[in-house]
Amino acid sequence: MTRAATARAATAGDAAAREASALTVTDLTVTLPHPGGRVRVLDGVSFDVPPATTVGLIGESGSGKSMTAGALMGLLPEGATTTGGVVWRGTDLLTADAAHLRRVRGRQIAMVFQDPLAALNPTQRIGRQVGEIPRRDGLSRAEVRRRVIDLLDRAGIPEPERRMRAYPHEFSGGLRQRAVIAMALSGNPSLLLADEPTTALDVTVQARILALLRSVQRAEGLSMLLVSHDLRVVSHVAERVVVMYAGRVAEQGPAREVLRRPAHPYTRALVASVPAVRTRTALADPLPGAPATPAARPSGCPFHPRCPLARERCRTEVPAPRAVADGRRSACHFAEEVLGS
Amino acid sequence: MIRMVVKRLLIGVFVMWGAASLIFLIVRAAPGDPASVLLGPDADREQIRQLHATLGLDRPLHEQYVTYLGDVLRLDFGESHRLGRPAMDAVLERFPATLELTLTATTVAVVAGLLLGLLAGARPGGRTDRVVSAVTIALQSFPTFWVGIMGVLLFALTLRLLPSSGVGTPQHMVLPALTMALPFIAIVARLARSSVTETMREPYVVTARSKGLTEPQILLGHALRNSLVPVVTIVGLQMGALLGGAVIVENVFAWPGLGSLVVDAVANRDYAVVQGVTLLIAGAVTVLNLVADLLCAQLDPRIRMEAAA
Repeated sequence: MTRAATARAATAGDAAAREASALTVTDLTVTLPHPGGRVRVLDGVSFDVPPATTVGLIGESGSGKSMTAGALMGLLPEGATTTGGVVWRGTDLLTADAAHLRRVRGRQIAMVFQDPLAALNPTQRIGRQVGEIPRRDGLSRAEVRRRVIDLLDRAGIPEPERRMRAYPHEFSGGLRQRAVIAMALSGNPSLLLADEPTTALDVTVQARILALLRSVQRAEGLSMLLVSHDLRVVSHVAERVVVMYAGRVAEQGPAREVLRRPAHPYTRALVASVPAVRTRTALADPLPGAPATPAARPSGCPFHPRCPLARERCRTEVPAPRAVADGRRSACHFAEEVLGS
Repeated sequence: MIRMVVKRLLIGVFVMWGAASLIFLIVRAAPGDPASVLLGPDADREQIRQLHATLGLDRPLHEQYVTYLGDVLRLDFGESHRLGRPAMDAVLERFPATLELTLTATTVAVVAGLLLGLLAGARPGGRTDRVVSAVTIALQSFPTFWVGIMGVLLFALTLRLLPSSGVGTPQHMVLPALTMALPFIAIVARLARSSVTETMREPYVVTARSKGLTEPQILLGHALRNSLVPVVTIVGLQMGALLGGAVIVENVFAWPGLGSLVVDAVANRDYAVVQGVTLLIAGAVTVLNLVADLLCAQLDPRIRMEAAA
């Protein structure tokens, strides 16, 4: 039996627990101190991450997608206040005590970070960092070692016995991200929060890391929240997408349908801005204007200054997210019109 | 790594040469004359001239300089005419006392400074941080001689808990070592605090939090080692300064180390002893800085890699 197969067999027992594991985010609002008053960087964000499903969280920089991932884990910058609900296995993580959060972190919900070089401790060997959770859980040295080798192997790091002795700066970018993924898997989590996991990598490496994340997610039946600004990344991996704009959810639904037939003008513009590689028809259609920031959020629908469909109502009335089709929600007053066109 | 050590030792040789040359010039440029000190106020011109000839002080400066450097290269550091024995013998005899004092003060400063710095840096802006910051500013603001005298007044003369001066028992060490250590504690604490605070903002600390570690586990397991590099560098430099600065403390407490020896030697224009002390301290500083750099490389593998390149 291969190592990966052993690991799958070992984790099969947790399948039942994972089945019940869904993350429910309700009306998540985060404010940060800002000159001239607090700013709502997240404003009423709601979405689910169903069991064994990959959800893509997409938006331009400043849309609040990384902030969302941090808020779920209680890892926000100092001075942030959070309201709403993040329910995980029957407990609201926003009101849970520190000890409960520590049991969840790493062991139930684990993070994969954007910049693997910064996310790894430069003075510790890879093996020590990947083996930290097992070691603190009281496994013996030999057990920790076996576990680290298995984790590195599952993350596709060749020669794990040798590589576990290396320091982060001795790894390539791709290997580092694999080490970060191995570290994320070290506590047998049910949910991975991957915050721009391929952004800091070369394009050729990006594809391999994405393939790794997808295969790990499927093999172990994990849920995954994949935060990315890159529509192509999300479309390759995610079953559902949540599109964010200026700290709010613009639209969400099954990935394939949302990207093929958007129900929000912002999603449509986002899809149009992605250059098609195979065709030579036209340059991508870049989004006009600059993204709205939560600090200077326009009135009404925050997207209205850049929206080709904007009308008077969009300037004055904040569109509430509503169901527009099976499993799909959109925060556009004219979602049906967008869907139909 | 070996290349780095060799390179640093070569630089050290240049530093020692510079120190030797400077002190050679300074003692000779300073007013006063060893011969008139040795012979006393009643000596006549002829006697002084003869002594100058015996000591070689009548020769041109550059000749004296070349002879001096040649002697030093052969590890001959000259004769102390006042003490009537080889200068380096007298210097090395006093060195252990100074070293003992400096090492004790450094140990106290590193332990106390790191502890205070960690406590303060764990929660920047918290109550501990504010108290530590006030204490360290106070410690750094008091001049050493004043602290020493106040220590003697309070603990030796008023409370009669500790001896005011001299050597012999561990109690004799307390006041001089603490006097030396207090400003040093402040330096280490402030540096450790800012270093820890900075490290705690690193992304890998967020990683550690995402792994479910407690704050003390993060502080000791991830932040401490990474914060130590600047502290080690400063401790190395500061120990050199302590060796040199021991003069004041040793004189306040009549501590029989290099400090009192060199003050005496300067007063009596004992060139060989002044030069010997200077060379020894310059050598010690060179070695200390090298040790500090090696320690830093041990703490951070990235420095190791740079040193190898």
